[in-house]
Amino acid sequence: MCLGIPGEVIELHPEQPDLAKVDVSGVRRLVNIGLLSDDPPVPGEWVLIHVGFALSKIDEREAAAAMEFLEGIGQAYEDEIAALRESVIE
Amino acid sequence: MRFVDEFRDADKAHALAAKIAALCEPGRQYKLMEVCGGHTHTIYKHGLEDYLPESITLVHGPGCPVCVIPMGRVDDAIHLASQPDVIMTSFGDMMRVPGSGGSFFDANAEGTNIRMVYSPLDSLKIARQNPDKQVVFMAIGFETTAPSTAMTMLRAAREGLTNFSVFCNHVTIIPAIKAILDSPDLRLDGFIGPGHVSTVIGCRPYEFIARDYGKPVVVAGFEPLDILQSIYMLMVQLSQGRSEIENQYSRVVPWDGNLTALKAIGETMELRPYFEWRGLGFISHSALKVREQYAAMDAELLFQVPGVRVADPKACQCGEVLKGVLKPWECKVFGTACTPETPIGTCMVSPEGACAAYYNFGRMNRNRVPEAARVGRS
Amino acid sequence: MTADREQQVLDRIDRARRRRPRIREERITMSHGAGGKATQTLIEAVFLEAFRNPLLEPLEDAAQLLLGGSRVALTTDSYVVKPLFFPGGDIGDLAVNGTVNDLSVSGATPLFLSAGFILEEGFGVADLNRVAESMRDAAAAAGVRIVTGDTKVVERGKADGCYINTAGVGLIERDVSLGVARAQPGDAIIVSGPIGDHGITIMLARGELDIEADICSDTAPLNGLVAGLLDAVPDVRAMRDATRGGVATILNEIAKAANVGVLVSEDEIPVRAEVRGASELLGIDPMYVACEGRLVAVVPGGEADRAVAALRAHPLGTRAAVIGHVRDEQPGIVQLKTSFGGTRIVDLLVGDPLPRIC
Repeated sequence: MCLGIPGEVIELHPEQPDLAKVDVSGVRRLVNIGLLSDDPPVPGEWVLIHVGFALSKIDEREAAAAMEFLEGIGQAYEDEIAALRESVIE
Repeated sequence: MRFVDEFRDADKAHALAAKIAALCEPGRQYKLMEVCGGHTHTIYKHGLEDYLPESITLVHGPGCPVCVIPMGRVDDAIHLASQPDVIMTSFGDMMRVPGSGGSFFDANAEGTNIRMVYSPLDSLKIARQNPDKQVVFMAIGFETTAPSTAMTMLRAAREGLTNFSVFCNHVTIIPAIKAILDSPDLRLDGFIGPGHVSTVIGCRPYEFIARDYGKPVVVAGFEPLDILQSIYMLMVQLSQGRSEIENQYSRVVPWDGNLTALKAIGETMELRPYFEWRGLGFISHSALKVREQYAAMDAELLFQVPGVRVADPKACQCGEVLKGVLKPWECKVFGTACTPETPIGTCMVSPEGACAAYYNFGRMNRNRVPEAARVGRS
Repeated sequence: MTADREQQVLDRIDRARRRRPRIREERITMSHGAGGKATQTLIEAVFLEAFRNPLLEPLEDAAQLLLGGSRVALTTDSYVVKPLFFPGGDIGDLAVNGTVNDLSVSGATPLFLSAGFILEEGFGVADLNRVAESMRDAAAAAGVRIVTGDTKVVERGKADGCYINTAGVGLIERDVSLGVARAQPGDAIIVSGPIGDHGITIMLARGELDIEADICSDTAPLNGLVAGLLDAVPDVRAMRDATRGGVATILNEIAKAANVGVLVSEDEIPVRAEVRGASELLGIDPMYVACEGRLVAVVPGGEADRAVAALRAHPLGTRAAVIGHVRDEQPGIVQLKTSFGGTRIVDLLVGDPLPRIC
């Protein structure tokens, strides 16, 4: 229900601590990071943006783990297909 | 685009499709509900159903905060916007939703000043630039968006803005899910859980679904691989007879949610005793209103709102579609009297309503990928 | 069986879509100006009804007329863009290039333009000079002359500063007969460059979205590009200027006019990274976003490579690409194969693509 886009924090606003400039594929917008005041993001970290607010930080380790799982499945699948292909040649 | 493109990789999709198909018990039908309108939109936009076997049916749920707004509330909003010196601000999603006399676009044609904004904070900018006008923000959305409204109100209070108020139509997701679970018409096997709502409320609120109803829930991200992986995780649970809450979207969703966001909501808003949901009727403690301490920003108090209950048009079957009882094309007026151009109900107007998604993206013969087509029909 | 029932519903919908359009609204809304379904309905139900004649019916970008033995193309367009000045150009550039392009894609050599101005009381003369100079430079670049015009002034509060209407006339000297109704199964569909630049530029330039990006309008005269294409591939079936409504609208026009199916591939459609980023942020699909310097061409399948090469040889066509094909299946419907590998429909929008939160 919710359009949330990942963006990279480029810089914090010099005067307003709850604003940060975020980059999405070369497009930049000031985003309110007030909802992350417990653990404010720093430049280089990624956040999820929804209607001009950062709702959450993107945990790079979890993202990498998710990718590893998917890659593992992908690899297993490719191995199976390869095995299938080889087994067909009688 | 990082964190987006990797999760749209077709090769991994084929692998997941094979795994999902392999978990389907011969002769068994599976019904999985994606609660969230954003998921419905992704499913159709990327043609995700091509990767699923026929034995898995995706049922579209009521998690579309635009779809569940009754016509009477749209009328109320237009009434507010018609007051002298009022500028209403609204997200794009609401602009075409029909009230009994037309949509926000139609109202603008008649003279109201309803402006589209990307963020509730933009309303504050407009309020500052127009000190002689009253800016009313049409607040919609589930718990995902409520914190943003809350933060905006807190900011307005800090700045001492006196010409800004909120017409609060925020709704909460758990009562809607409970209404679905208690609905006798539905037999669901599991839930694809809302991803972004969960960044705010966390995963604990769903525990009752597994514990009391025995249904598994996987909180899912919004890229097509996220959804496909979540379906895979649900199928694994079902094949093992488990019903647990799992978090596929762990890169974004913290298990405990966002405390700061919940506090902001708590400070500025409180639950209404009941609220009418289009299609689901009156549900208690399912929507938010502005707290008394912030009454100066409550548009419903500042202005008189008619509050007339408007029944849905007789032909409209949005309620059943929202509950997942009917598929969009099973609605009697789907595609003929009710189209995106001439919508009767909100399911057709909202960009992530099931009917709009199906009409705009899915209205065609399925070309299932080989991995999914291999599963025999029951 | 469920699948049959679903098919019955889909057939019923298809028949409903082919019925004569009717205007239900009593008042014009913004949707009517967006170039999507509402605009089409308005044109067919009001203007086509009132003016009906065979020269108007094709509803191509320009009318093709026989005038004293010569084939002439005639077109008109009005420009109401806000803001007037934006990265990459201004309303003057659009006013010249837009009309030049409508003539070019009809196979005509653009020659003469008229320019009508509706000016708001209070509009700065310095700004008007800027606009006029842009038009002068754009006309020179396109090789056309502005030969007649008109000026009106309206009260403060109307006309957003400045509205411009241009009409253009050109000679069709080539032996070509272009029109989307000529598309046939097997034809290739080509786009001349990345899509969505102009529309996103304007959205961002309005300043309401607070988004910064290095995107600028792609407004440009396409007559040179078109000439190169027609020299290499005289058998081009149709060309369209991708403006309001974007590439998706043109694909639907092809499918509807020729009663054919269209299948395009998301991976093949060129989009700049920044346009994609802005679109994702706003929840908008670039396929519906206006361009002002891009064309969509339908060419016989066997000529596709030659067509792309001809386009790429021109500075305005360096990223030209085949994005899909015309086919027999599902006539009237445009389908897209997504990067993810699934398929979905690309329908006309009702109005403008609206930013969404959901």
